[in-house]
Amino acid sequence: MKGLFIISGLGIFAMLAEIFKGLGLKKILYPVVLLGIIAAFVVNINYEWNNTMSISWFDNMIVFDNFALAFSGIILALAFFWFIFANDYFENTTNVTDHFALVLFALTGALMLTAYRNMTTLFLGIEIMSIPLYVLAASKKNDVSSNEAGFKYLILGSFATGFLLFGIALVYGATGSFDIMTIRTKISLMEGSMPMFFNVGVMMMLVAMCFKVAAAPFHFWTPDVYQGSPTVITAFMSTIVKTAAFAAFVRLFLVGFGNINERWEMVMAVIVALSLIISNITAASQGNVKRMLAYSSISHAAFMLMGILAVKPGMSIPSVLFYTLAYSIGSITAFSVLYNVSKKGGEGFDAFNGLSKRNPLVAICMTIAMLSLAGIPVTAGFFAKYFIFTTIMTTSFKWLLVLAVLTSAVGVYYYFKVIIAMYFKPAETTEKVEIELPVLLVIVITALLTLAIGFMPNYVIDML
Amino acid sequence: MTGILLQSAIISTPIEWYILLSAALFTIGACGVMFKRNAIIIFASVELMLNAVNLLLVAFSSYHSDASAQVFVFFIMAVAAAEVAVGLAILSMIYRNVKSIDIDVLSKLRH
Repeated sequence: MKGLFIISGLGIFAMLAEIFKGLGLKKILYPVVLLGIIAAFVVNINYEWNNTMSISWFDNMIVFDNFALAFSGIILALAFFWFIFANDYFENTTNVTDHFALVLFALTGALMLTAYRNMTTLFLGIEIMSIPLYVLAASKKNDVSSNEAGFKYLILGSFATGFLLFGIALVYGATGSFDIMTIRTKISLMEGSMPMFFNVGVMMMLVAMCFKVAAAPFHFWTPDVYQGSPTVITAFMSTIVKTAAFAAFVRLFLVGFGNINERWEMVMAVIVALSLIISNITAASQGNVKRMLAYSSISHAAFMLMGILAVKPGMSIPSVLFYTLAYSIGSITAFSVLYNVSKKGGEGFDAFNGLSKRNPLVAICMTIAMLSLAGIPVTAGFFAKYFIFTTIMTTSFKWLLVLAVLTSAVGVYYYFKVIIAMYFKPAETTEKVEIELPVLLVIVITALLTLAIGFMPNYVIDML
Repeated sequence: MTGILLQSAIISTPIEWYILLSAALFTIGACGVMFKRNAIIIFASVELMLNAVNLLLVAFSSYHSDASAQVFVFFIMAVAAAEVAVGLAILSMIYRNVKSIDIDVLSKLRH
């Protein structure tokens, strides 16, 4: 909780820095934000982990238990890396403080989503996270495609919010409470005598959450929004936002609706199957790396949904947590490389041609990230998929496992297109891609983390 | 006195009617978002969807004699206002670039 206070405080500080220009707060804003994120991380891990005293806040609306702390730890770590590699995007704009404030408020919403225990905080968390992102997605003011991305994100985001709210209203009507634990108790008390609209409510919330995590057939906004937004914002959306949305998804469907899983599991199984097929097949035919990563994020969402589908809290939560960690760290590496490469060469696959000759270190890191996203052994991504598969093996959805393995094979094809471009295609220029030292450090550290987690996956899985 | 009369008037109407009315409003809003081409009308449709939810929440709140849903309605109103503010800002930016608010002009991002 203190982490949440620190992050929202930083957001307010960023806004004040613009007002009190004379004090020179603008210059120290960036280091203050980085220190603040580290402080929030340390406070979360040091003082609140396994601490039952400070758990419940605001009449049980926000509860920072270990689940919430683990997810917010991942989010804060990602935010730290993200701020370092996105720094030069901010430097080029005149309104740095506004952008910082927006990002920090989006982070506040993300942290809220990990820890909500009430439908009110779920709704507020989603909106606090989304509204700044609509602005950020459209933040290249003179670029029509960025405007378009922001507009589409806004319309479809608020459309999904409408579904979520209607679902919440119906569930409230059936159970008489917004509190997730109370809803769970009511469900088991009233089992059988639930009104029909309760099922409709659950389905509408499922649809809304699938919109938010971008699972097919509610994924159609994803490629456009990811491609049109500035690359650093896309990186934010596909790592931090996705992690937070999955934390919310897990809590809602494993805790809230966990004991009525037979009512939603079939629908979710179809959603997973569709996501796996559509995303992997479409991703294979993309010529734009950013768009390819957008489609691949849909397939990763399907894998994480498989973890939820199993409804075995003891196995599902660690495996989804591990998957978000592996996927997000791999994506941070991939997006920071893509961001720097695309400054000169554009976003096509040919921008990566001959990168191994020009920047060998960057090429190796990008290879590690691609291998991890594809799920090749001894990277974090392999064990992420492995844990999800062992979780789904315990259920009756074994056919999804077969489908997932088959579509992963397609995934290997399009991730390897990048690697092949880097190592086997001749470069058009011999010019090196210039990368600042801090950004290079982020790329190397995240790539090393991917390998480290791949070598000792049990450390992470035993944490929770 | 009028308060009590009003309360009983709400209760004496079956809850299904409120659900049907809200569902109808919500569907109209959803159709507006999907089929209209004018961006302003799309925003209005989103508002309609959110207000259908507000109506439903207030009706349920009255039936459960529980005020928490009415607090929720305030949150929805505040968030809807924030969303429209951001939306109109984005829309005016689009208008400045393409001189139109028809969403069909926004199809640059294709494959």
